[in-house]
Amino acid sequence: MSDAILEMRNITKNFPGVKVLKDVTLTVARGEIHAICGENGAGKSTLMKVLSGVYPHGSFEGEIIFDGEPQRFSAIKDSERAGIVIIHQELALVPALSVAENIFLGNEATKRGLIDWNEANARAMELMERVGLHENPTTPVGQLGVGKQQLIEIAKALTKDVKLLILDEPTAALNDTDSEHLLGLLRDLRDQGITCIIISHKLGEIVDIADSTTIIRDGATIETIDMHGPDATQERIIRGMVGRSLDSRFPDRTPDIGEEIFRVEHWTVWHPTQLGRVIVDDASMSVRAGEIVGIAGLMGAGRTEFMMSVFGRSYGRDATGEVYLHGKKISTRTVKEAIANKIAYVSEDRKQYGLNLIADIKTNVSSSALNKLSTASIFVNSNEEIRIAEQFRKDLNIKSPTVAQVVGNLSGGNQQKVVLSKWLYTDPEVLILDEPTRGIDVGAKYEIYEIIGALAAAGKAVIVISSELPELLGLCDRIYALAYGRITGQLPRAEASQEKLMSLMTIESSSQKEAAA
Amino acid sequence: MNNVFTEVKNLFTQNLRTSGIYIAFVAIILVFTVTTKGTLLSPENVTNIVLQNAHILIMALGMILVIVGGHIDLSVGSVLAFASAVSAVLVIRMGMPWWVGVLAAIVTGLIVGIWQGFWVAFVGIPAFIVTLAGMLMFRGLTWLVLNNVSLSPFPAEYREVASGFLDGLFGSITIGEGQGLKGVAQTVDIFTLVIGVLAVIGLVVSSWRSRRTRQGYNQTVESMPLFVLKLVAVSAVLLAFAWALAYNRGFPVVLILVAVLILVYNVITNRTVFGRHVYSVGGNLSAARLSGVNVRSINFWIFVNMGLLTGIAAAVFSSRSNGAQPGMGNMFELDVIAACFIGGASTMGGVGRVGGALVGGLVMAVMTNGMQLMGVPQSSQQIVKGLVLLIAVAFDIYNKRRAGATR
Repeated sequence: MSDAILEMRNITKNFPGVKVLKDVTLTVARGEIHAICGENGAGKSTLMKVLSGVYPHGSFEGEIIFDGEPQRFSAIKDSERAGIVIIHQELALVPALSVAENIFLGNEATKRGLIDWNEANARAMELMERVGLHENPTTPVGQLGVGKQQLIEIAKALTKDVKLLILDEPTAALNDTDSEHLLGLLRDLRDQGITCIIISHKLGEIVDIADSTTIIRDGATIETIDMHGPDATQERIIRGMVGRSLDSRFPDRTPDIGEEIFRVEHWTVWHPTQLGRVIVDDASMSVRAGEIVGIAGLMGAGRTEFMMSVFGRSYGRDATGEVYLHGKKISTRTVKEAIANKIAYVSEDRKQYGLNLIADIKTNVSSSALNKLSTASIFVNSNEEIRIAEQFRKDLNIKSPTVAQVVGNLSGGNQQKVVLSKWLYTDPEVLILDEPTRGIDVGAKYEIYEIIGALAAAGKAVIVISSELPELLGLCDRIYALAYGRITGQLPRAEASQEKLMSLMTIESSSQKEAAA
Repeated sequence: MNNVFTEVKNLFTQNLRTSGIYIAFVAIILVFTVTTKGTLLSPENVTNIVLQNAHILIMALGMILVIVGGHIDLSVGSVLAFASAVSAVLVIRMGMPWWVGVLAAIVTGLIVGIWQGFWVAFVGIPAFIVTLAGMLMFRGLTWLVLNNVSLSPFPAEYREVASGFLDGLFGSITIGEGQGLKGVAQTVDIFTLVIGVLAVIGLVVSSWRSRRTRQGYNQTVESMPLFVLKLVAVSAVLLAFAWALAYNRGFPVVLILVAVLILVYNVITNRTVFGRHVYSVGGNLSAARLSGVNVRSINFWIFVNMGLLTGIAAAVFSSRSNGAQPGMGNMFELDVIAACFIGGASTMGGVGRVGGALVGGLVMAVMTNGMQLMGVPQSSQQIVKGLVLLIAVAFDIYNKRRAGATR
């Protein structure tokens, strides 16, 4: 560690009543990719906010030495001037503005006070070339996928003469191809001399790309692992993060599978705005009692669209096909009908689609089944509501002192438990769980898996959509693969492997091949 | 007793965001009582404040649902004028009985509500645009219906709606022989006092029952001394208010209307499935939709309800102003909207209480009244009212930020 670009020494940061960071020390060598791992709430983001000046000098203890100089940032602008740029998980791009406008936003090159757009577009092209993006600089960013938007964020960072690039969960929303590309780009940038700090829950990625990994637990540095040494394994990192060895990341479960409960046949869904574009094409699937069935597919394969359209036509202009419950044909044209027919859908994006963040736990828990709490669907019994919510708080181990806590203040794992409570209260027989552990730390993930296992044990039919193949393989009894809107195969647990699933997930349909030709 | 004090302290500090407006309300009353040398709280003036602002309070009950649902309604002033105009034409020009006019005003409001609800809920046009269009259209329709001239006066029965008093049912008692305000014997209406006492009994019984039910569900309830303290305080205010009314002219008819509406809308917002759905639509539209809430129907009924209440307010206001004028109700929407925001409603939707909107409306009412009594010119009154709105919302945002920072 002769040449450290960044040294954070003995950083301690207090919030009223809580010590968030305790004497944290972080050393990043020049020109390396340095990963930071830790459970949600371990203090990673706080540390990065200290580094970037969101928490100004003086609001914490300890010192920051960057590029050989002690630094006293009082705002983000100061740290950017020194060459530190953070790219947050929630991208900070303006969808309606063009690629070039976004790249130079806040950093516009002007001539006599006016922007020369020809010059700006030309420079944007150069920067896009550097990050491997081939788009028209005048295209509005909103028309591009998340993967490309991520690259634009990096291009934007490059305009600021970045020396240290910090990426917070850069691949959380990306599919495997885009992730690969992004990680490749980080290697290129490293070779060009840009140091990277990457925060990620995806440990596989970290093992692949990082030169060293610092583990933070409960606001303290646990250790820094040399990722070129013998300790560079996922298990090693997990042990550091949770402070114990997780022998199995999935709870043991003996499936007790009964009769078929739920079946979808010949389901076809059209795009909501682009006329005639088929998103899900003639998909059929079934789930039995006590069975956990996975749906695997790359981003854009139509997994979420498939399930959301089954759940009350919540996606798409129109859909055709049949849905059966216990062999009887049912209608799920509206969400209300779907709920009445004992179907529950837990969305992949709990903040956007699952929760009323400004309302409290009890209101959220009851929100899908207020009719159960009311006389003649008019008056709500708020005492009964509190009792029910308390029950779920205890059963699902939601960490909050009362059910009057506003949901927006809970951690991701606890929020997910609130969403699960809400849907369990509708007393479903079929549970569709879309990315049930996205953005949740390792410990809470295990709890969610246990809940899913318990639901199956109670004889429910469970469908799990996940982008993480190991999760599907660890959790499911049977996995369907979806590619370009078509179900391309199904594998029982015993036969499934990541390789087999991946090959099913990338089968192109004949019509698409024709269209491409 | 010590823990009662801490409980009271917690009550104020923990709920500063919601209780802030009540504290401010009391402060404003105290300030104006001093500056007007007590006239503000004199029996006639208290009656006046109620009568002068009944229509704003009634519309605020509808507006709070509109704002909680994430919408806005800019048209209520014009709609009030239109409904008043229809009523005036029927009663004054065509000589129909008073109740036809009242009914017509309410039905007109309802139809306007259905019209606006249709565009917002089923066509999907933002309420800001729909009601901005409505503001212009219904003002135009008012002129058309009235032929651009004022109609007046209403028959006496119609005027009773806003200026009638229920008194003398149980007679009155005479006090302070020769020491009344006009140097004559002052009577106090017994009926009004009976209503005041009944209200207190109702409050005590319902609070006690709700406390018992909550204990039955093993919930923590406030300690007995605090419970009694709160009841005594609220009862005292109620009785003082009833006394002020009884001392003056008795119980205004319109106050019964307002009181009943307040109770009904309190129940609607807090205890009904519809109310819950309004909050969930305003809090997170997508999540509400995926929870099986029929968002269109909720939005539609929000506006139908707003129209209904605007119709009722039109009956009250036209009765009070004894006619219909082409320019009536101008800028009322701003008073109504301001009442909701001063009362703690969020501009983003999902947050707001009937009690808050009410107190917000009363804050504006007391300030206007107090400044009028002090002889503050109209120009300064407007400036002060604008500043109060600004400060109230700034306070709200400051509190939110503070709450966000401490997590």
